[in-house]
Amino acid sequence: MKKNLKYNAIWLAIAILGYVLIYALEMVGVIDQFAETTLVLIGINIILATSLNLVIGFSGQFSLGHAGFMALGAYSSALVTSAIPSVGGFLLGLLVGMIVAGIVALVVGIPTLRLNGDYLAIATMGVAEIIRIILNNLKITNGPAGLYNIPMLANWSTVYVLVVITTLIIVNFVHSRNGRAVMSVREDEIAAESIGINTTKYKIIAFVLGAAIASIGGALHANYIQTINPTDFGIMESINILIIVVLGGIGSITGTFVAAFLLGILDMILQNFGTLRMVLYSLALILIMVFKPSGLLGTWEFSVRRLFTHKKAKGDAE
Amino acid sequence: MPLLDVKDLTKNFGGLAAVSDVTMHLDNNELVALIGPNGAGKTTLFNLLTGVIIPSEGTVSLQTDKGLQVLNKQKPYKIAAEGMARTFQNIRLFKDLTVEENVLIAMTDKNKEGFLESIFRLPSFYKKEAALHQQVVELLSIFKMENQLTTLARNLPYGAQRRLEIVRALATKPKILFLDEPAAGMNPEETADLTRLIQQIQSEFHITVLLIEHDMSLVMNLAERIYVLEYGKLIAEGTPKEIQGNQRVINAYLGGGD
Repeated sequence: MKKNLKYNAIWLAIAILGYVLIYALEMVGVIDQFAETTLVLIGINIILATSLNLVIGFSGQFSLGHAGFMALGAYSSALVTSAIPSVGGFLLGLLVGMIVAGIVALVVGIPTLRLNGDYLAIATMGVAEIIRIILNNLKITNGPAGLYNIPMLANWSTVYVLVVITTLIIVNFVHSRNGRAVMSVREDEIAAESIGINTTKYKIIAFVLGAAIASIGGALHANYIQTINPTDFGIMESINILIIVVLGGIGSITGTFVAAFLLGILDMILQNFGTLRMVLYSLALILIMVFKPSGLLGTWEFSVRRLFTHKKAKGDAE
Repeated sequence: MPLLDVKDLTKNFGGLAAVSDVTMHLDNNELVALIGPNGAGKTTLFNLLTGVIIPSEGTVSLQTDKGLQVLNKQKPYKIAAEGMARTFQNIRLFKDLTVEENVLIAMTDKNKEGFLESIFRLPSFYKKEAALHQQVVELLSIFKMENQLTTLARNLPYGAQRRLEIVRALATKPKILFLDEPAAGMNPEETADLTRLIQQIQSEFHITVLLIEHDMSLVMNLAERIYVLEYGKLIAEGTPKEIQGNQRVINAYLGGGD
């Protein structure tokens, strides 16, 4: 029991250290406005991609509609914070977004999660398009023009704190009773059913949790960028999130972090190349996929516990 | 009163009756074998009993705490929860998960850990996890696998994979264990080990075992009763001695007769 406390304390220390580091670099002036924006976008991408990794990597359901849930979060938060421009309003907006995205995921998940592989991918893609088209035509969402002058209630520390919280939720979920049942669905549905796992239920749990967390990413996007419109949440956005997951390694949260950082920084560096940027970006992706098809980290996961037990084992050997 | 009562069970695939009019029963704490030539419908019968396939006609009923329950048309996970566990002819483990996780997943229903409890890692979460870990170790140690807790299932040798699948089925605390060709692909020595293992399971867990097997030495050594299936129909039932002398069974395996 003491050991668990120690590992959790180390994780907390890592999280605080990261915050202090960014804060210090900001003070010293190493991180300017441009770099800060890059960091925030990386953070938002981490939230989106880890939640998609929960669906694709851990429950094994191939979803191509993540941008739809992000859009629900973004619009919910934008509308709520425009009415109540305060921190409380932002928290309420987050909550509303999570509930809306969760309910939509539940309603959509029950019929579509019966489908497998490619069929599910197409169905979820269709759902995201439906969400986008509805947002494009509603009065309250201001149609194709979108919403602007959204209060800027998110800064880099809001994003940082939410990255930590959402990652904690996903990782703790995966390493629990429900998470293990979710992974058994990915591994072998027939075997899972044979030992009493209600596979549909666990698929839906993972899908709804993934959607709710994606909506947090959307809310941060809305309250940082301050303008949103339906084209922000098209199929390309879903694919961008998917690329991070695949590149980092399907089923590795650590990999998602690494890939989000690499792609964010790559994107920043390539800004100087103008139109060549997308060509170089795609080329980098192709090269990584050719030489490391399982993603940068495969299914490898960073673990404080392993780090310590490994060191101990080494110490004993010496 | 039989533990499992099967009446007139039939499954048609198009015009083909893969299983037709099978009536059989299993009693408490009994070891029964199901034999028959290839393609006789043994695995289909298993799939019907465990709910993987829905029967065209007939009933499967199980004696539960709430009395006799008809299991047809129930989802496989519900049937499993009622106390029917199985292994598969071609091993179906959770290959990329560890041995411990494979067994833990089978205990999902018995594990009362809540969603928020695990997200916030409350002290009660660690307590419950530790208790479960203890149960897994105890169960695995019966099968001498307690040292392989953190091994990925895919990295286990073939015999150990078969054993792990049996452990995983037992972790659901079943009333009846269905074993689909547990000795397939094993050498005589491994088969002898398996025979001892099955006897041990039955005596330690006091459960009923129904086993499909082609290895006649194993069947004749272990089974108290044998059902013989040919072309989807039961052609004989009896003790190993009776079956060995049954002319229809001999014809089914060796041809001839009529």
